[in-house]
Amino acid sequence: MTHTRILHRRTISFEFVMWLFMRLSGAALLILGAIGMAGALYMGARTQMDLVTLMRWTFFPNPNHVINSNIPDVNLGWVSTYWRIMQMLIVFFGATHGINGLRGVVNDHVPSRVARVILIGLLVVLWVAVLGAGGYIIITS
Amino acid sequence: MNTGIRATLKGFGYKGGGPMWSWVLHRITGAGIILFVALHVVAAFLLQQYGSGIGKAINVVYESWPFQAFIYFCVIFHALNGARIIVLDLWPQMLQYQREATWLQWLTFIPIYGLTLFLLIGRGLSGG
Repeated sequence: MTHTRILHRRTISFEFVMWLFMRLSGAALLILGAIGMAGALYMGARTQMDLVTLMRWTFFPNPNHVINSNIPDVNLGWVSTYWRIMQMLIVFFGATHGINGLRGVVNDHVPSRVARVILIGLLVVLWVAVLGAGGYIIITS
Repeated sequence: MNTGIRATLKGFGYKGGGPMWSWVLHRITGAGIILFVALHVVAAFLLQQYGSGIGKAINVVYESWPFQAFIYFCVIFHALNGARIIVLDLWPQMLQYQREATWLQWLTFIPIYGLTLFLLIGRGLSGG
């Protein structure tokens, strides 16, 4: 017995955009992590960093994030516009991916509509706050 | 809320097999990463701005080896499972190989996480 499955034409909805965003931002985070790790190794992490510090740089390539380690001259190569842009991309993709993931959890597990609206409103506030604080830290460090 | 709890309990009876457990683990590990990042940001803020004892206490918790083992599981699983989802969703013609993709995912996960655990526990037990 065969069934014919009707394929609806795909319309651009908010949920579709976020579905696609989760895939693309996930891939972007993997690539940004790889770039961060490769960049740190290129700048001499192999001889001046332990594994833990290399991980710190990989997940957030900010000189302050590795300041407690024994990097001889943190200003040489480690502080630059290039790495600032990388940090901003990581914060943007990471925060948005995580907050949208939480939105999915709220939508799936909170049955009350009112509670859902309140919680998702709080998530939006949190998202803006995280981007603001992250941007401030990146620009000032 | 009662309906939510009942629905959750009923969900345990659902036999979705491997893909269902991947979905469950993806959700738990995602929440784990958010928990760690939130704790880390709050602790760093309290420590740097106020030299607070609470910040130090949170630091001790997430720097302990059992928490590190948990968080490494979260990050490595979420990254590899996410990579599998990206490939299968963006190239749906690959979906016929999703069983193989899951095997490949675990074959990648086990050595990476195994090595991490080996180093973590070795250092944790020797007090480093």
